[in-house]
Amino acid sequence: MVIVEDNESVHAPPPRRMSLARRETLMGLAFLSPWLIGLVVFTALPIVASLVLSFTDFNLLHPADFRFIGLDNYTRMWNELMNDGAAGKSLGVTARFALMSVPVTIVLALGVALLVNRKLLAGKPVFRTLFFMPVLIPLVASTIVWQGFLNGSTGWLGQILRSFGLPSPDWFNDPSWALPGLVLLGTWGIGNMTLIFLAGLQGVPTELYEAVKIDGGGPWARFRHVTLPMISPVLFYNILISIIGVSQYFTQAYVLDPGSNGNPGGSTYFYNLNLYKEGWSYNQMGFASALAWLMMLIVVVAALVLFRTSARWVFYAGGDR
Amino acid sequence: MTGNALSLPLARSGRRRSPRARAIRLGISRLGVTLFTASMAMIFLLPLVYMLLTSFKDSTQMTALNAPLWPATQQIYTAADGQTYTLYEVPTASGVQGLALEKPGRVTSTFIDPKTGQEVEWQGNWRGLSPVWSLTVSFDNFSTVLDVLNFPMLLRNTLVVSVLGTIGAVSSAVLVAFGFARFRIPGKNGLFLVLIMTIMLPFQVTLIPQYIAFLQIGWVGTLLPLIVPTFFANAYNVFLLRQYFLTLPRELDEAAQMDGASPLRILWSVIIPQAWPAIIAVSLFHFFFSWNDFFVPLIYLSGHADLFTMTVGLQAFSATYARAGSGTLTQTAALLAMLLPVAIFFVAQRAFMRGVVISGVEK
Repeated sequence: MVIVEDNESVHAPPPRRMSLARRETLMGLAFLSPWLIGLVVFTALPIVASLVLSFTDFNLLHPADFRFIGLDNYTRMWNELMNDGAAGKSLGVTARFALMSVPVTIVLALGVALLVNRKLLAGKPVFRTLFFMPVLIPLVASTIVWQGFLNGSTGWLGQILRSFGLPSPDWFNDPSWALPGLVLLGTWGIGNMTLIFLAGLQGVPTELYEAVKIDGGGPWARFRHVTLPMISPVLFYNILISIIGVSQYFTQAYVLDPGSNGNPGGSTYFYNLNLYKEGWSYNQMGFASALAWLMMLIVVVAALVLFRTSARWVFYAGGDR
Repeated sequence: MTGNALSLPLARSGRRRSPRARAIRLGISRLGVTLFTASMAMIFLLPLVYMLLTSFKDSTQMTALNAPLWPATQQIYTAADGQTYTLYEVPTASGVQGLALEKPGRVTSTFIDPKTGQEVEWQGNWRGLSPVWSLTVSFDNFSTVLDVLNFPMLLRNTLVVSVLGTIGAVSSAVLVAFGFARFRIPGKNGLFLVLIMTIMLPFQVTLIPQYIAFLQIGWVGTLLPLIVPTFFANAYNVFLLRQYFLTLPRELDEAAQMDGASPLRILWSVIIPQAWPAIIAVSLFHFFFSWNDFFVPLIYLSGHADLFTMTVGLQAFSATYARAGSGTLTQTAALLAMLLPVAIFFVAQRAFMRGVVISGVEK
């Protein structure tokens, strides 16, 4: 402390002339500077650069001589989207996966949250930890585990189903079952959502449940008229996060087919697999940038639609937002 | 605690039941709910059990018919003359016996009783019999994987990236969060909005120019692109820490300021000692993130096997060995790759899960 005071008195005179507010602003900006520099260098400039790149034929093999080719990348993308080319196929796979995976993970996460929130449940912290734990497993490792678990002949799921006389698909080797297999793998990622739902559930005032009880409502009425509206903000947040998650889906599909062809039969040819291939296998960074911008646009539109509809179904208890 | 909370509504319901009957009913529902949840958790984690048991198996067991789920080998009987025969579970008049098959036949087969060494004739098709399996825990997969995968090297690279990255991420996020939480800056709210927006930004739009820039300065094929950007404050971490800093009372800072402490000094000796839960959560987030990260190391390290991090090395290993049908080896490699993060999680799970909630709920 004493040393600091001494320093202050030595260096004090010049800054004193600055107004206090100005001094605070400069000091604050100094603290923000790591982020501000990062914002410019790693976010703002790259965004502008990727937009510019998307109008060029930039190729990694000869980075010096690229030309502006106008909308060529975008017309090519449009053709691929319309005629079921690589971009169209990969967008289709991603959309199909989103339609399966988002509802399944949301419902499962909410179900688990309701389960571990039960007053009657003994050992709650243990169960919370267990349902959360797979989130910490590196995706490459969990994909390998599920690849083995779902293997048609030696995997356990098939063996279990067969022992009950049920048929079992050869998940990751069957084009029509590979995406459902990835949905199953995705259930290991519900931990974050579950915890956020759980926090939402714990914020529901118990008086509301009492009120439903007095009105003679059963468990379904309690869920439908109290729980669901009260947790709608966290539901909204979780849907948004899972849509963003699907838009960034890559690792699992790459581990399934390191040739990044989305095998079996192109059924797991996700959007980012195509982007990776265009950019890093074919070195066409210009076209890959256009692909990146399309995905960005899709996510922004999806988020806007979600925000627009949210007025109708998201209920903020405080009413101040 | 839960017992107390429950006794209230039950007492109010006013049904005439002896307290004893009520306690029994409560106990039964508690047992039911707990057993149901436990079985759900077991199904949920069954693939992990599969992985664990498979990594101790010999690869021949994977394709053998009627093999048990646990690691086992077929029992072999070695006769006096050095010949070896496989033991089968044979139903005989005196119950099922483990007998060594000497001469297989479709109608009758000759077996040797390993206890007596006597030959036994048996009526029936030997193909209907299942071999005798005995529990055998094999560590061969582990030594193979540690060798082929070069596990120590992957561990070292991953630790370099994740430890340096965590230091960078935490120190920069603490500084920036302090700036957002404690300084009056014109346009600060606008900046904070920009910060929130960058959390939502898809990584694809910044990735390609970053890659090209790192290529130009010769950093592709080094660990630097994985470490250096962490020193420029990740928006998500800043957001989480700022939320936490705002909950800390200002009186202490102000008192320190009166004493003439510089802002850096206030941050170091007033804010940080109070903010350990959030700082630990952010450190864990970043540590797990960089342990798990795949796409970025894949593009920057491709072709430099000596720099591979755990996930990239594991994927390369799986690409080679999954095709060769060595399910046991890939499961062992996956087990080794998740060992450290899972262990750290179990030690620090409380702080970690609280961090998830802070960041998700408090917008």
